[in-house]
Amino acid sequence: MRHDVLFPFMGKRGQPGWLVAFLCLVSSVSAADSSVLEAETARADMITRVAPSVVAIFASSGDGGGSGVLISPDGYAVSNFHVTNGSGNFMKCGLNDGRLYDAVIVGIDPTGDVALIKLLGRDDFPSATIGNSDLVRVGEWAFAMGNPFLLATDFQPTVTAGIVSGVHRYQYPAGTFLEYADCIQTDASINPGNSGGPLFNARGELIGINGRGSFEKRGRVNIGAGYAISINQVMHFLDHLKSGRIVDHATLGATVRTSLDHGVVVDEILEFSSAYRRGLREDDEIVMFGGRPIGSANQFKNVLGIYPDGWKVPLTYRRDGTKTDIMVELRRLHQVTEMLPNQGQKKPKGPQQPMPERKPGDAPDPHAAQEPVAAPEEWKHLFEAREGFANYYFNRLAQDRLFKSLEEYAGLKSNETRWKFAGTLADGQEFVATLAPQGLGLKIGKSGIYFQPLDGSDPVDEPAGTGGFLTALEQLKLLLSRGAEAFSVVTYIGSEPLDGVGPKVDVLQTDVGLVQARWYFSQTSSRLVGFDSSLARDVDACEVRIHSVDDFQGKRFPSAFTVRSGEREFGSFRVNALEIQPLAGKMQ
Amino acid sequence: MKMTSSIQHDMTIHDLHQRPRSRKTSAWVLVCFGLMLACGLALPLAVQAQSVVETVEQVSPKVVKIFGAGGRKNLYAYGSGILVSPEGHIATVWSHILDGESVTVVLDDGRRFNGRILGAEPQLDLAVLKIDAEDLPYFDLDASTSDAGPGTTVLAFSNVFKVATGDEPVSVIHGVIAAKTRLAAKRGVFEAPYSGPVYVVDSVTNNSGAAGGVLTTRDGRLLGMLGKELKNNVTHTWLNYVVPMSELKSPIQQIVTGNFKPRSSDSAESAVTVRRYDPRDFGLVLIPNVVARTPAYIDRVVPGTQAAQAGLKVDDLVVFVDDRLVPSCASLLDELGQLEPGDPVTLVVRRGDKLETVQLTAPRNR
Repeated sequence: MRHDVLFPFMGKRGQPGWLVAFLCLVSSVSAADSSVLEAETARADMITRVAPSVVAIFASSGDGGGSGVLISPDGYAVSNFHVTNGSGNFMKCGLNDGRLYDAVIVGIDPTGDVALIKLLGRDDFPSATIGNSDLVRVGEWAFAMGNPFLLATDFQPTVTAGIVSGVHRYQYPAGTFLEYADCIQTDASINPGNSGGPLFNARGELIGINGRGSFEKRGRVNIGAGYAISINQVMHFLDHLKSGRIVDHATLGATVRTSLDHGVVVDEILEFSSAYRRGLREDDEIVMFGGRPIGSANQFKNVLGIYPDGWKVPLTYRRDGTKTDIMVELRRLHQVTEMLPNQGQKKPKGPQQPMPERKPGDAPDPHAAQEPVAAPEEWKHLFEAREGFANYYFNRLAQDRLFKSLEEYAGLKSNETRWKFAGTLADGQEFVATLAPQGLGLKIGKSGIYFQPLDGSDPVDEPAGTGGFLTALEQLKLLLSRGAEAFSVVTYIGSEPLDGVGPKVDVLQTDVGLVQARWYFSQTSSRLVGFDSSLARDVDACEVRIHSVDDFQGKRFPSAFTVRSGEREFGSFRVNALEIQPLAGKMQ
Repeated sequence: MKMTSSIQHDMTIHDLHQRPRSRKTSAWVLVCFGLMLACGLALPLAVQAQSVVETVEQVSPKVVKIFGAGGRKNLYAYGSGILVSPEGHIATVWSHILDGESVTVVLDDGRRFNGRILGAEPQLDLAVLKIDAEDLPYFDLDASTSDAGPGTTVLAFSNVFKVATGDEPVSVIHGVIAAKTRLAAKRGVFEAPYSGPVYVVDSVTNNSGAAGGVLTTRDGRLLGMLGKELKNNVTHTWLNYVVPMSELKSPIQQIVTGNFKPRSSDSAESAVTVRRYDPRDFGLVLIPNVVARTPAYIDRVVPGTQAAQAGLKVDDLVVFVDDRLVPSCASLLDELGQLEPGDPVTLVVRRGDKLETVQLTAPRNR
């Protein structure tokens, strides 16, 4: 080493600059000595700390694989859709303890190239600390870990170091509908097999999921530009993925273009979109979306790309110099059939193919469909196939959990009853609601009388402008008196911030006839905090938000709730009397 | 992967030098890696991250995205440029992107301008554009240009792969200067339009759209302009070279001030001429070609080569090649570059007060 260091002193006439530069280097090296060692130790410690959470994924057939990262002690691990897609419903996962664990597919997000799997056999898995990818800055250190080229046959992950090269990058769908929105660009080496693995910051916090690189003409190895899905996006989708569904991304129902003065304006807008109903029109300039200023079409797509369908997101637009804030509900981007597994990967590509390949994929040929391998006997009950789901087992589990949290309403359980409750509105008027098998009635004050027959005719928006409050009450009655059996379809959707801004709630969706209801359960108290009931698709729902629940002669019932539709509040109800009458086959 | 990449760098660096120098080269490789480990990666993480983040914030606004002609097969239509004046002078590489009437320049803040070509120095693969703007962030070529040696940690800023659009800042990657050497372009091996001193970087700085971007030190001092993608057709390795700003500074300033004269009159012609031979093919090393008319002094004669056998000596000044006057290193490079394999060539050198004549032959195998 010393000889090498001395080399620049020799025979380099005419280039004193080298000498100076070199002397500077030498002095900084010796001065930095102890801090250098400390930093190195700190880095090595960090790697040692996070390495146990890194997963080497192998297809159960033994061919192909990739990487993943554990995010909770119960074994949930995040990877790429394009890793699990070829791996079957069960796969083998190696951790750096040298052990191989069985894992089952949970949920997939084909558009965002994310998959959630669950490692089995322990409830104390080491897991990564989740960082905040919105705080990542260009120039910060980034460490990619995983199983490039499937080298980690002893399951010790490979580490590559780099810097963050760009943030909030948008990468167009490459050949398929896989889209990398709002991703982190890094020069840490990301290669085939790194797919699905974690990108850590210098503190060892998980900031992204590596999944893609720019390869172009140099073959499928890193050339300095890799992309990681931001961990914040993954966290938005996490509960959706835990639902076992094939999760979709969203559309605003409007297309945008970048105008000449580099603003983003609405190009076309669908009249049945939530944004249109909230007042957004063609040529309006989108100023903010999802809390971020919008200066380019890519930034708009970045925001759109990080949210699941069904979420409500704030949007600010400008028309004639006036800014308006609205809350828009995002709608699904694809038909379920478009996103069935194997649909997203139309062209299997082996490493021998010289065409530019933009996804690292996984050696040797990750995209080739694998022969299905029999599920391990011990775990095969953890997988249930159903159309539209990656694994229906997990959806059923979540439904059971949410229905369990409705047990406080057990006193309302009964097949044939008439509900009558009365009380006052915030403006002092009195109300009486009657929910009978023949029809639904509501009387407000002296003159407000509303009625919805239940004779098989279509439900209507009654009282007008509420989105069908009477039908909403009927939905509540169905849920609380009869439970899941009252509906034709029940699905656990995932979670979303209540009304776009509130705390996260679990979402259960029910369908009966044309009416769809979304039931919101607090993630902290697991109590029912409200629901939206829609008479049809693409109309404003009736939004009921439950503020308190009380005892009425031993039966729990919502005692205070607000009713709203399309940003217009209909009323705040306070219940002071409840009457549940069993109907012994006798008409009232 | 680590293995693969270090082997690759090794090969890349060997490509630059002739065999007799390979021992030196391996020494350099060791120096590079040694220093890279010592100062590059091992500096305190917190301190380093902080300063790199600041450097990025400081440098990014001075790098522009350029969109122009091209877009045909294998020809990308985008590149990078460096702001060198507050009035919108932009240094970039001379490329097919500039073939059209004008190009679109997108600033760091998303503003778009039409750029027109103010001037070019094809021998340096350099072009200067102008956009009509004021008060722009820029690199002061006199104040911020710096020089660095192997082992220096560097940052490369560019519009690589067109990843950044609108007001998104350009991409930044980090690396280490692996060598500072001469880019010896030879037909059939390197089809490089530029021949001269370069920094060789250990990371993949030269990708589609990166040419014209900037290489800086970790604290943001200007080192050079990222070159084009360059592939060695023999080894199929790619070379990441950066043209030192010291080479480009005066032509840029001359073009900006309107006092520019191309180095050779038939610049368009020589721009596309690829030099087949360079002095090292004969066993000669010239002194560094640092100014426009560096005299063609011999810096070193490689033992055992035909130059040594012909009796050429260190500090000989080459004055004639085949009876044509050789006023500079550049013209000697041009003369030798035009030879065909097996061509005889007569050199007249001045040694002390005397002129000596030697006969050489362009080698058939290199």
